[in-house]
Amino acid sequence: MTAYLKLDHIDKVFTRGAATTEVLKEINLTIEKGEYVSIIGHSGCGKSTLLNIIAGLTGATTGGVLLENREVNSPGPDRAVVFQNHSLLPWLTVYENVRLGVDKVFARTKSRAERDAWVMHNLNLVQMAHARDKRPSEISGGMKQRVGIARALAMEPKVLLLDEPFGALDALTRAHLQDSVMALHQKLGNTILMITHDVDEAVLLSDRIVMMTNGPSARIGEVLEVPLARPRKRLELATNGIYLKCRQRVLEFLYERHRFVEAA
Amino acid sequence: MNMPATKIDLETAMPAAAAAPVVAMTPKRPPRTEAYARMARETAVRMIPPLVVIALLTLVWELICRRAGSALPPPSRVFKDTKELILDPFFDHGGIDKGLFWHLSASLQRVAFGYSLSAIAGIALGVLVGQSVWAMRGLDPLFQVLRTIPPLAWLPLSLAAFRDGQPSAIFVIFITSIWPIIINTAVGIRNIPQDYRNVAAVVQLNPLEFFSKIMIPAAAPYIFTGLRIGIGLSWLAIVAAEMLIGGVGIGFFIWDAWNSSHISEIILALFYVGIIGFVLDRLIASLGKVVTRGTAQN
Repeated sequence: MTAYLKLDHIDKVFTRGAATTEVLKEINLTIEKGEYVSIIGHSGCGKSTLLNIIAGLTGATTGGVLLENREVNSPGPDRAVVFQNHSLLPWLTVYENVRLGVDKVFARTKSRAERDAWVMHNLNLVQMAHARDKRPSEISGGMKQRVGIARALAMEPKVLLLDEPFGALDALTRAHLQDSVMALHQKLGNTILMITHDVDEAVLLSDRIVMMTNGPSARIGEVLEVPLARPRKRLELATNGIYLKCRQRVLEFLYERHRFVEAA
Repeated sequence: MNMPATKIDLETAMPAAAAAPVVAMTPKRPPRTEAYARMARETAVRMIPPLVVIALLTLVWELICRRAGSALPPPSRVFKDTKELILDPFFDHGGIDKGLFWHLSASLQRVAFGYSLSAIAGIALGVLVGQSVWAMRGLDPLFQVLRTIPPLAWLPLSLAAFRDGQPSAIFVIFITSIWPIIINTAVGIRNIPQDYRNVAAVVQLNPLEFFSKIMIPAAAPYIFTGLRIGIGLSWLAIVAAEMLIGGVGIGFFIWDAWNSSHISEIILALFYVGIIGFVLDRLIASLGKVVTRGTAQN
């Protein structure tokens, strides 16, 4: 197994005055190139903190993140993030939102015309080219998330980080977008790390599922391989034995061994 | 005005076509005249109530002030006395004996100067205070005290410093209008969602790009609130300041009219001051609307 992205002994402690909270403890994870890995856990277990550490938006207290054997500790386009609430800039059009990243990343390597073509290429990938001149307030939630994905893809990230990307969408739109992400992963072969709290989503999309224990001091409880062949078809999987077994394993982990205890 | 009218037109036309698809030859209604009629009706609904109120108030004023020995002139007198000023605002007999246009334009020029300076300095200081916790801790208490000082209280000090009326008046406008601009800009900057900062970090915008591409557009609705309050205050301040510094300007025109007991001229000048203040406010408001068309909706 070649380590493309490596999380090396990551601890995260939040300190506020005299009170310290240990959020993450001893997180070790190696991700291969082209792999699709999901991190699942109950809310408050530090999944998003972990993603922020990988993205470089938050620093780890100890330990570090290695990408292609080099430590990364500040944010950058090589680890583009698709945020939960799309985070499109409302004063820019769909096209300009994608262009913002493209202009920065390819300032030296692509000409103006090439950058324009590259933006349109990525909007086409997520089927949003028709809305290039619309503002975020004029398109639906699912469309915004598509544009968010296009913005991230257009930066040609080494790792694509998805922070509960479909959490705010209705079930039908979510399914549709999951299919799109699967197709993109198939086509482009990106390395993807996704945070989710949806068991079906995790099993459907991932090669491996990382299950986190409850915080404080959340650890990686278990890593499950999903040995399903790609391309995967949602309808066929509904009766597939391996799919059901994987689903069962994740459910057991989340609801029996690490049941979410309401904070008293 | 045009948009809603045509939209409604479309909507009413659609169901008719859908309900009777067989009748392909339905004669087109004259949409043009109908749209104009609708527009006229909407304008009338907006314009008639204030016009009625104004007419009534003028009538009451006329009735009260028409008696002999009344201290203030009735509207008919005002009009008769100031007819020349109204009809020829552009005369220039040298000194301060000029038409109202020249007085108003002198005042507006001072406002333009002072307000532009305070807009630039106010936004810059607001960004500083909004961005840096230490700048806020250091400067905010100072701002909170200084902003309560009445505009005219600054005038003697600025006269002492500049030894001239013109820069003093501009300074008074500047110091009056800067506070709401600073404070609103700072609030706007502090309220930039973390999401936008994260986006900027991932894309690796440099500080200058962050300022122009994220900060200013994100804070624009707040900045324009400050700018709008600021223009109102500076128009308030200029009239008062000009009364004291003299020279050409609508403020001194009013004071001069009072000294020569031309009460009608005062009333005419007040009318102009009100209208221009209203126009300035609307100008900044509509500018803000254009600039923040994307941001404000979220």
